[in-house]
Amino acid sequence: MSDAAGRAPTDASSGAAAVQARAIVAGHADFAAGLVSAVHQITGRGEQLIPISVNTLSVEAIENLLRERMLSTNVRVIFTDLQAGSCTMASRRILRGMDDAVLIAGANLPTLLDFVFAEGRTAPEAARHAAERGRAAISVHGAGSSAGGGA
Amino acid sequence: MSLLLYRIDDRLIHGQVVVGWGQPLDLQFIVLVDDTVAASDWEQELYRMGVPPEMDIYFHSADDAIARLPKYQADSRRGLLLTGDIGTMRKLADGAHVDAVNVGGIHSKAGRTQRLRYVFLSPDEEHELRGLASNGTKVTAQDVPGSRPVSLDDLIAGNEP
Repeated sequence: MSDAAGRAPTDASSGAAAVQARAIVAGHADFAAGLVSAVHQITGRGEQLIPISVNTLSVEAIENLLRERMLSTNVRVIFTDLQAGSCTMASRRILRGMDDAVLIAGANLPTLLDFVFAEGRTAPEAARHAAERGRAAISVHGAGSSAGGGA
Repeated sequence: MSLLLYRIDDRLIHGQVVVGWGQPLDLQFIVLVDDTVAASDWEQELYRMGVPPEMDIYFHSADDAIARLPKYQADSRRGLLLTGDIGTMRKLADGAHVDAVNVGGIHSKAGRTQRLRYVFLSPDEEHELRGLASNGTKVTAQDVPGSRPVSLDDLIAGNEP
């Protein structure tokens, strides 16, 4: 999706300009690649997100990888999957020495969709707004739900 | 119910521990044994925020944990004891009774060789695991409850089930 410098390669067929990455997405297994792929399919803006997989890494290695990627791309937003996850733990350690960075733990697809469209805001502001959208986007339907059309 | 699982996992508190094992075992507390974490309020707060509010977490150095282990083993609640490295678990098992140890995750690092998808060992660590077993502690590897436990011999040989 994005190269090591955080810029997606120019699409030669369309002549589209390279897009600056604005956030890192990290989590278990293929969580990040899957979400970023979904964002790209829906919006065409997946290049704003850098997916990172950490399957075989120690927490220390995860922290080093995320920090290196943040510094090399100048990205200051990290989305992770789980409050207790290794990527969240590593990110919280990074944030301790990086006052301009923000971590959103528990990110979902609606969160990222809101983020990639909020180009008028700074990335940390967009991330905070997106977190609220993602939180509000969970709904329950069907059995046992008042929205399920029951009597 | 006492301590249901003694786990070695260098990620300490993370998804597999809190959710993967925590839900099916209905864990009510975690004992995290790590000298560095036990000496740092900031580290403890980091890990405390990773566990659900209904789950208690206690932090101890290895020496402190040896003294407190009988109390946790007699606790009426359901608990899990966690260390981040083999050496700490070996120290615990040498100082108190530990029936069985679960190798849950030891990840890639310089000097280690991959044995399983989630276990990388240095020669010293392999020696420590064999030492645990020779002292009567059953050692198996298993990352999540749904996977098959791997015997120490298969772990050392790198025989992934």
